[in-house]
Amino acid sequence: MRFDWLYRESGRIAELFLWHLGLSVIPVVIGLLLALPLGWLAQRAGFFRSTLLGAAGLLYTIPSLALFVLLPLVLGTRILDPMNVVVALTVYALALLVRTVSDGLESVPPDVIQAANAMGYRRLPRLFVVELPLAVPVIAAGLRVAVVSNVSIVSVAALIGTPQLGLLFTQGLQLRFLTPIIAGIVLCVLLAALLDGLVLFAAKRMTPWQPGGAER
Amino acid sequence: MITFDTVSKHYRGQTVAVDKLSLTAPTGKLTIFVGPSGCGKTTSLRMVNRLIAPSSGRILLDGEPTDTMDVAVLRRKIGYVIQNAGLFPHRTVVQNIATTARLNGTPKDQALRIAHDLLERVGLSSAFANRYPWQLSGGQQQRVGVARALASDPKFMLMDEPFSAVDPVVRGQLQDEFLRLQRDIGKTIIMVTHDIDEALKLGDQVVVLRTGGTLAQVATPQELLARPADDFVADFIGRDRGYRVLGFAEFAKGGVPLGAEPTATLGATPETLRQIATDRWVLVTDPLNRPLGWADVDSLKGPLRDGDLNLSGTLAVEGSSLRHVLDAVLSSPSGRGVIVGQSGELMGTVTLSHVAEAIEAARTGRLGTQP
Repeated sequence: MRFDWLYRESGRIAELFLWHLGLSVIPVVIGLLLALPLGWLAQRAGFFRSTLLGAAGLLYTIPSLALFVLLPLVLGTRILDPMNVVVALTVYALALLVRTVSDGLESVPPDVIQAANAMGYRRLPRLFVVELPLAVPVIAAGLRVAVVSNVSIVSVAALIGTPQLGLLFTQGLQLRFLTPIIAGIVLCVLLAALLDGLVLFAAKRMTPWQPGGAER
Repeated sequence: MITFDTVSKHYRGQTVAVDKLSLTAPTGKLTIFVGPSGCGKTTSLRMVNRLIAPSSGRILLDGEPTDTMDVAVLRRKIGYVIQNAGLFPHRTVVQNIATTARLNGTPKDQALRIAHDLLERVGLSSAFANRYPWQLSGGQQQRVGVARALASDPKFMLMDEPFSAVDPVVRGQLQDEFLRLQRDIGKTIIMVTHDIDEALKLGDQVVVLRTGGTLAQVATPQELLARPADDFVADFIGRDRGYRVLGFAEFAKGGVPLGAEPTATLGATPETLRQIATDRWVLVTDPLNRPLGWADVDSLKGPLRDGDLNLSGTLAVEGSSLRHVLDAVLSSPSGRGVIVGQSGELMGTVTLSHVAEAIEAARTGRLGTQP
């Protein structure tokens, strides 16, 4: 371990860390926003459910490197454009979260839905006031998986030169120098733990009603 | 008033669920749909607030057809209680109760005030107000479910097996409390149950349905017991019809002569007991004159203790039915049934022959009023 190197490079490492953070979080947020309506559709319609969830599952099997390289051809972006990474990771987040949102809505007890209908809730108020709040625990669990797996997939983008902590790995390999590799690993793990904890904390705050929840 | 006008429900390729049902649930009364599984009772109930759409026929609320109303507006007019309460797990007890008032446009503060009042009304302390449903027992959740249905002060209520999911003791309590509540609020209610005893106990009017969704009989509980329309109804009501009809014969004051009963208190010696005893058994009361049990004078060795008491006798509260009075007599080791007042104090005892006379009088009275 060369701490003097770490000290000298700390400015650049911090910059890479922030890039990594952004590239991990933004796609999950966009993916969630897209997954909410799609997951709702999937959960409502039997036909949609199997096709949508099937398609989502297929998306996840595309190797990340292949997606990073192919997307410029599809989007017309330059190969080094970070947008490629954002779009690719959004696709993965979406693939995971469509199923999660659909499962979350599915987890709402039928008694509760029936009671809401019988009291005279219309469809959309019922979704926002009753179903989505009750789907939070399941959606949050999926969100944790998505955000942590994104942290790890982002580093692959080092191979196409996008700035983030993965560059420390390629640099270490090229220089046969262990310090940046260790620093990269530690920071990736820290970032993953931090984001995971953040989602967990937010979910607890949103579900004080759960046994063992935030209150009491 | 809820009116069913030749209402049918059939599912494609399936047997008929409800077949040309016509009946009226009168205003301010509790009408009970009862029948074996597959008789269409729940389907009929759910067609009232259009959770299920009728295949043909109409349902009217106070003469207004429901099929042309906006479905959400229709449902907000009708209180709805289901078996497992169906409370929102993410809302506190008062928030749950306030839901129906909020849906009907009541401002939040006022809705919460209504909810707090109702909490007390259904027999829950205000300590429950801010708890979440999972922190409540099944019986408590069911009370909250009833309160929620009442929060919008609807004219009509539908109750789908509201007391089936709780144990028999709690069920009895909930039924008694609900009867008391209904006496105050006088809602027009349709309730579904598979339990004929519940139907006979709670209903002002009982609708018996048979498999295939046809009407078997509409009658008051007394009529149903006294004159079942056919074999199906008689079978469905079951045995003990003659005994159970006593449940509707009120034991009027003076209807059965009360005998004075000598009593002793705990700590009395065998000698004292023998002096006051009229036979082997002496009734033991607490200092407030509330009956504790019977003491067997013959087997007593020392001063009377708790463990010496025979507790087999039931107590009949003054004003309760002849069924309770008869049971008090039959269960008492002395053969004398203990009658107590509203606060549990001893009023006197009755003998089997006196009860038999009262039963005979009630029976001839009932026959006399038959058309």
